[in-house]
Amino acid sequence: MSMTKWMRSLVGLLAGTFASAVAHAETARSQYNLPVGATDISAQVHSLHMLILGVVTVIGVGVFGTMIYSIINHRRSKHPKPADFHESTTVEIVWTIIPFFVLIAMAVPAAGTLIKMEDTRNADLTVKITGFQWGWKYEYVGQDYEFVSMLSPESNQARQLGANKTPAELAQVDGGNYLWEVTNPLVLPTGKKVRFLITAQDVIHAWWVHDLAVKKDAIPGYINEAWTKINEPGTFRGVCAELCGRDHGFMPIVVKALPETEFNTWLAQKKGVEVAAVAPAVLTEAAPAAAEPAAAAPVEVAAATSAPAAAPAAKALSKDELMAQGKKVYEANCQACHQANGAGLPPNFPSLVGSPVANGDAKAHVGQVLHGKTGGGMMPPFKQLTDAEVAAVVTYERQSWGNKGSVVQASDVAALR
Amino acid sequence: MAHAHAHDGHDHDHHHGPDKGIMRWIKTTNHKDLGTLYLCFSFIMFFIGGLMSLVIRAELFQPGLQFVDPEFFNSMTTMHALVMIFGGVMPAFTGLANWMVPMMIGAGDLALPRVNNWGFWILPFGFAMLLSTLFMPGGAPAGGWTMYPPLVLQTGNAFPMLIFAVHLLGISSITGAINVVVTILNMRAPGMTLLKMPLFVWTWLITAYLLIATMPVLAGAVTMLLTDKYFGTSFFTASGGGDPVLFQHIFWFFGHPEVYILILPAFGIVSTIIPTFARKPLFGYASMVYATASIGFLSFIVWAHHMFTVGMPLAAELFFMFSTMLIAVPTGVKVFNWVATMWRGSMTFETPMLFALGFVFLFTLGGFSGLMLAITPVDFQYHDTYFVVAHFHYVLVPGAVFSIIAAIYYWIPKWTGRMYNEKLGKLHFWLSAIFINVTFFPQHFLGLAGMQRRVPDYNVMFTDFNVVSSIGAFAFFFSQFIFIGNMLVCMFGKRDGKVSDRVWEGTHGLEWTVPSPAPYHTFEDPPQVGENGEPVSAGQTAKAH
Repeated sequence: MSMTKWMRSLVGLLAGTFASAVAHAETARSQYNLPVGATDISAQVHSLHMLILGVVTVIGVGVFGTMIYSIINHRRSKHPKPADFHESTTVEIVWTIIPFFVLIAMAVPAAGTLIKMEDTRNADLTVKITGFQWGWKYEYVGQDYEFVSMLSPESNQARQLGANKTPAELAQVDGGNYLWEVTNPLVLPTGKKVRFLITAQDVIHAWWVHDLAVKKDAIPGYINEAWTKINEPGTFRGVCAELCGRDHGFMPIVVKALPETEFNTWLAQKKGVEVAAVAPAVLTEAAPAAAEPAAAAPVEVAAATSAPAAAPAAKALSKDELMAQGKKVYEANCQACHQANGAGLPPNFPSLVGSPVANGDAKAHVGQVLHGKTGGGMMPPFKQLTDAEVAAVVTYERQSWGNKGSVVQASDVAALR
Repeated sequence: MAHAHAHDGHDHDHHHGPDKGIMRWIKTTNHKDLGTLYLCFSFIMFFIGGLMSLVIRAELFQPGLQFVDPEFFNSMTTMHALVMIFGGVMPAFTGLANWMVPMMIGAGDLALPRVNNWGFWILPFGFAMLLSTLFMPGGAPAGGWTMYPPLVLQTGNAFPMLIFAVHLLGISSITGAINVVVTILNMRAPGMTLLKMPLFVWTWLITAYLLIATMPVLAGAVTMLLTDKYFGTSFFTASGGGDPVLFQHIFWFFGHPEVYILILPAFGIVSTIIPTFARKPLFGYASMVYATASIGFLSFIVWAHHMFTVGMPLAAELFFMFSTMLIAVPTGVKVFNWVATMWRGSMTFETPMLFALGFVFLFTLGGFSGLMLAITPVDFQYHDTYFVVAHFHYVLVPGAVFSIIAAIYYWIPKWTGRMYNEKLGKLHFWLSAIFINVTFFPQHFLGLAGMQRRVPDYNVMFTDFNVVSSIGAFAFFFSQFIFIGNMLVCMFGKRDGKVSDRVWEGTHGLEWTVPSPAPYHTFEDPPQVGENGEPVSAGQTAKAH
C-alpha cells in the first residue's frame, strides 16, 4: 500500500501544475485519478487500479531505464564497436515466464473483485433504470413509483450552441455542476443493497456513476443487472457512457443517498405527490376558477382522490392552460433540437414553423410525439410524458410561431397511445 | 512525381518503361507505382482525417458549445476514425508492402499485378462515397465508427453510403492481403526460406492472414445492418426478435484482429530499423516471429474485452480478462528484444531511428494502459472514457503512424535516389514526439477523472487538460508540414547522386542490392540467397548497375 501512496503523490505532483481554480459543490472530485468512491466495491476497484498502475510503472522504469542507459552509453561516439550477440534462449525464456507470473499475481485479486461485482443476489431494493434519448427513467420496483430524470434546464440552456458562455460563467451554472445536474435525482437509501435492472427504450446507453463504480450498458431488449451499497449519505454524479446520438453528452445521472428513514419518508411523500399530480385536471373541471389549491395541499388531495386514479383526468383544458403548460414541456423536451423559436436546426432537426405535421392531422402529430420518427431523420419517442403533457406540448406546437393546427386534449392522446 | 521512377536502368531490351502522363498511374500494374499511389492516397486521407480531429479539438478547447452542433461533432468523431483507419493507416501499410515486399524477397513484382491495380483504385471511389455524406441532407454518419445498432439505424441518407463504402474498403483490403500472401509464399528468391525472411515480410504475412479472416466478417455484419434497415430483417433489432449485442460480438471479432492489422506491420518496420542503426543483428529473430504469430492467434480470442459492460456472464468476463492479459506476454517479448538489440550496439540517431525509438517508448506506454484496461473490474471505470481514447491513440499515433513515418524516412532514399534533409527530419521528430504527448497524455487524467468519450462539451472541471490537449493537437498537425515538405523535395528535387545503393551503413537485405533510386523493374531474375540470409549472387537489375 505504500506503493499506492507513493503513486498518488507522484500523480498529484504531475497534475499540480494544472491546479484548477474551479470550486466544486459537494464532493471534491480528483482531477487526475479514479475516485475511491462511496462503496466498498469502488474502493476495491480503486486499489486494483493503483496496484496495476504501480506494476506497470515499475516495469516501465526498468524498460525505459535500460533503453535510456543504452542510448547514452551504446551510441557510436562512445561505443564504436558493436557487440555481435543476437540470441539467447535462456534470456528469452526468462522474460516470457516472469511476466506470466506477474500477470497471474494481478489476475487473482481482479477476479475476486469481479466475482463480487457480479453477485446481485439478496438485494433490499430494486430500481429499474430505462435509458432513452436523452434521459433516464427510474422505477422503484414493487413501490409503484417512477419518474423521469433529464438534464437540468439551467445547464440545458447554457449548453446550447450560441449561448456564448465563458468558462467562468459555466462554472456558476447549477452551482458548479454544469452538465451534471438533473431535473430529478435518483434517491437511494444508504447501507442497503440496491439492485439495478438496466434497459433502454430506443438505442444503447450506459448507466455510469463514477463514485459507485457501476457502469452497465442499457440495451433495448435486454435487462442488465448491477448493484451498489452506498456507505454514507451524499450526492454522486454520473453520465451516459455509450454514444447514443446527438445529446449523448447531455443526459447526466445524479444519485442522492439518504439514510434509510429519510429515504422512506421521501418515497412516501413522492408517491403521494404523484397521485396528486393527476388531480389538477379534475379540480379544474370542478372549480375552474381555483386551480391553485392542488399545489397548496398535495397530500390531502392525494388522500381524497386516491381512490382508483380512475378518471385519467381526461377533461378538456382551455387553450391558454394548454399553451402555458405546453411551453414548459416544450422547453424541457423539445427545445434542444427544435429550438425556442421552432425553427429547428435543418436538415437534422426540421423546423416546426409551418410544418405539415404541426398544421395537419392532429393524430399524426400526437403519434409522432409518442412514437418518434425513424428513417430519414430521427426523433426519439416521448412515451414517458403523461397524456396531459403530450396534449399540452402538441397544442403549443400547433398554435405557436404562426402555426394553425388544432387544439389537442389529453383524452385525444389517451385514445392514440 | 512522374520522374521519380521514370528513369529506368539500362535494360530496355527486356521491357518498356512506364506510360506517359496520367494514364501511367491509372493503368499501372507496377508494384512501385502502386506503392507510391497507396502512400500518396494515405497522405491525403491523413490530412482530411487530421482536419476532422482539429474540428473536434477546437470544439473541446473550451467548455460550452462554440463551433459545431453536437450531431456534426459526432459525425466528426465517426468520420475521423473511419478515414484514419481505413484511409490512412491501412493504405499506408499496403503501400509500404507494395514497395518493399517484392524487393525484400527478391521478387520481380507482386504475384497479382492487375488485382493490385484494382485494389488500389477501389479506394478513391470508396472514400468519395464515404466523404460525400458530409454534404448530404441529414449529415454524415454520426453513430461512431463501430456502427452499433440500433443507433446506426437512425442514420439518414448517409446510411447506405456508409455500408457500401465499408464493403468497398473491405474488398480493397482483401485484394491487397491475398496479393501479399501469394507473393510471399510463391515468389521468394531461391535460398530465402521462411525463417530467413526480413521481419517486415513476416509481420505483413501474418497481417494479411488476419485481413483475409476478418474483413469478410465485417462485410457480413454491415450487410446485416443494411437488411435490417431496408429489407425488414431483425438481426439486431430486439423488437423483432434480434439481438443488438450480437452485432458487437461480430464487429469486435473483426475489430480486435483489426487492431493488430494496424500494428503488426509497424513491429516489422521497427524490427528492421533498430538493427540498422544499432549496427547489430536483431536480437531473438525466431522469437520475434513466434511472438508475432502468437499475437495474431490471440487477437481472435480477446474480442469481448471491448464490451465488458454489455452484461456478459461472469465466466465470459473472466475468460476475456485472462486471454487479454496473456497478450502482454508476446508483446513484452518484442519490446525486450528491441531493447536487447540496442544493448551494446553502436547506435546513431538518424531520423528513422529517432522515430523507431519514439515508437518503442510510446507504444510501450500505450501497452501499459492496455494492460490496465484488461483488468475487467477496473475496465468498468475506464470503459468509454478519455482514458481509452488516450490508450488507443498512443498505440495508433506514436505507434502505427510513427512507424510509417520512420519507414518512409528509412526507404525514401532508395525510392527516389535523394536523401531527405536530416536537420528538418530531426526537427520533425522532436516536434512530433513532444506534441503527441502534449495532446494525449492529459487525456489519461481526463478519463480517470470521469470525462466520457464522444461528447462535444464537458464540465468546467475538465477545462485545463482539454486546453492542453487541443494546443498539442494543433501543434502536432502543423508539425507534419515539415515532413510533407521534406518528402516533396525527395520526390521532385534534383538528384545529387550522393545516395549509395546501401544508403545506410548498417543495412542488410536484398532491397539494398539494387541501385538507388530503385529501377522501375527489379529482380526480373531472382538473386540467390545464402545460408546467412545475405545474397550470394545478385539479381539481374543489380548486375545491370
